[in-house]
Amino acid sequence: MDLRICHLYPDLLNLYGDRGNVATLVRRAQWRGLDVHVLEARLGEAVDPGAADLFFIGGGEDRQQRLAAPDLRAVKGSALREAAADGAVVLAVCGGYQLLGHAYRPADGPVLEGLGLLDLETVHPGPGARRLIGNIVVRDLAGGRLLVGFENHGGRTRLGSAAAPLGTVVAGFGNNGEDRTEGAVAGTVYGTYLHGPLLPKNAWFADQLIVLALRRRWGDVTLAPLSDAEEDRAAVAAAARAGVRVRLDLGLPDP
Amino acid sequence: MRDAAAILAGRLAARASRALGAGGGTTVPGRVALALAPGLIGRLVARLPGGVVLVSGTNGKTTTARLLDGVLAAAGRTAVHNRAGANLLPGIASALVERAGLDGRPRAEVGLFEVDEFALPAAVEATRPLVVVLLNLFRDQLDRYGEIDIIAERWARVLAALPPGATVVANADDPMVADVAATWAGRCLLFGLDDAPDRGGARTLEHAADARYCYRCGVLYEYGLVALGHMGHYRCPRCGRARPAPAVRARTVRLRGADGAFFTLVLPDGEVAISTALPGLYNVYDATAAAAGALALGADVATIARGLAATAPAFGRGERVALDGREALFLLAKNPAGFNAVLRTVLDAEAAPVVLIAINDLAADGRDISWLWDVDFEVLRDRARAVVVSGLRAEDMALRLKYAGVPASCVTVERDPLRALEAGRARLGDGERLYVLPTYTAMLDLRDRLARQGYLRGFWKQ
Ligand SMILES: [Zn+2]
Repeated sequence: MDLRICHLYPDLLNLYGDRGNVATLVRRAQWRGLDVHVLEARLGEAVDPGAADLFFIGGGEDRQQRLAAPDLRAVKGSALREAAADGAVVLAVCGGYQLLGHAYRPADGPVLEGLGLLDLETVHPGPGARRLIGNIVVRDLAGGRLLVGFENHGGRTRLGSAAAPLGTVVAGFGNNGEDRTEGAVAGTVYGTYLHGPLLPKNAWFADQLIVLALRRRWGDVTLAPLSDAEEDRAAVAAAARAGVRVRLDLGLPDP
Repeated sequence: MRDAAAILAGRLAARASRALGAGGGTTVPGRVALALAPGLIGRLVARLPGGVVLVSGTNGKTTTARLLDGVLAAAGRTAVHNRAGANLLPGIASALVERAGLDGRPRAEVGLFEVDEFALPAAVEATRPLVVVLLNLFRDQLDRYGEIDIIAERWARVLAALPPGATVVANADDPMVADVAATWAGRCLLFGLDDAPDRGGARTLEHAADARYCYRCGVLYEYGLVALGHMGHYRCPRCGRARPAPAVRARTVRLRGADGAFFTLVLPDGEVAISTALPGLYNVYDATAAAAGALALGADVATIARGLAATAPAFGRGERVALDGREALFLLAKNPAGFNAVLRTVLDAEAAPVVLIAINDLAADGRDISWLWDVDFEVLRDRARAVVVSGLRAEDMALRLKYAGVPASCVTVERDPLRALEAGRARLGDGERLYVLPTYTAMLDLRDRLARQGYLRGFWKQ
């Protein structure tokens, strides 16, 4: 069994340790004895929709997003749409998350048209507006588990009816700092503002994505459990920095 | 009159703060003085006959300013210098108040201030500098500064506000810094490295490299030489924009592990062999920058060489501390590019080093520690004999090492700094030293605890 990962714009959208997400997917799959292949697709390079089971897009500054947005639509767009429709996993963080929506209006400059893979829109309220920065804890909407991370974004994202939030904000800002939602999910397409990076400290979520990604070619797959002591301890410590006390088993106290 | 009162009040505040053991009083005196006499900085520096030099950039501010201070001292010139590293306006005011008489005259010839990269506009406005040294721009503390583009834009606006006779000293090897310097119409002195020790033919950018795309074309730069992070000999294959030729260069660089470096310093009118006790390629950059800054102030080649050779490491930046018959070497590591450089220095110095990594996430460190994943800790995998992790985010660091492939049997988590030092020390063999790699506040905390145990003096007393 093998897992094929495609890392989009690895040297352009890599603002907050984003390659840690790819490293986590790779190691956790390898620890289960899977073969892992990582492809990289840079500016101007087309992707083959059948060549990867999981596509990852990281974050960037406005300038890098401006470089990536037209490339994402023109060079990689149809392949990503096709892959996602076929059940491939897409995970986008921060700037990449914004570009998966219909549009991103930056603090200044023209509106960036997004890929429209997720039903959402992002607006930056302007250069004077406060950025949403800090440690964040989210309760996953599907399973009630915790996601911990750090967020740092100026844009405010609002979901349309065809996207569900990834989770509910326990501490922090989330999509827009107002409606307590964080991230978005539609089918196997995931977007989130959480970096930190996202996957190392949220090992259960990394495994969930690996299982989903494998399912397309390998049917119902279960992963052998790993010892996640370091992962869990780091998650508990990160949650504590967000002001949320959790036990080592990641049970969340009822608010 | 008002200034005299402010200077007096600042001095009393410094004394009180020290007596209370509240730290070095490196910002409180300035804050007190500025509250009583706004504009005090401008009035005091106007009386410095030699003018003001500002040093800014992500990495190397403290060391470069210290090296410049060494050259000034070698030239027999006195400087008022915020040497404890308090690099916002109150820190500058504190240094001035400390050295000013009640007549409002600083007892020094030159003002030498390291300045936080974000505070540079305010510092330029307050001090009207004669020389501005721009070192580099790396991603650092994104939660506080935002994106490095924003800092580059601020810097470009700063240059437009400089006095027309000012000299800009800038790093030719950093594309963003060179771009900023190119907007300055006045005198400009560029510095850079002609060569760097080849690391197994590694001519590729590390993961942490930031400014790798040409701003005009959005095309990846091609590099003839990668020195450090994104710094080196770059060229845009589309528009041809390339590293400008620097006037002040380091050539035939030879690193001596943790013990320092040799290189040839090439200046417009002559060259000279330099030996420095400061370890690592990043300090060769700092020394070259300091040489260019000193040249802008009129120093000659021989004085520059003497001053650079005589300068000892700044606190926490290559500083050695005796630990019960063993030695700890402190190497501040506060962002990916700096951390990678420090890791290289450690691995150049020792085959199987014992390392203490202390990661804090306080405001001065950057509250976001995701940058740990941009550091190439994989280099420790088959090399480190033991790694002790400490600090407020010790668990994150331990997790990073796990995914870097460092065996769990090599890693000890010890949140308490003193116990972490003890754990590291206990793993040392005869003649070995402990390499301590802390973030900024973790470094202050470790030093503070060592000082209280009597191992070293408080840094503010230096
Ligand atoms: Zn170009």
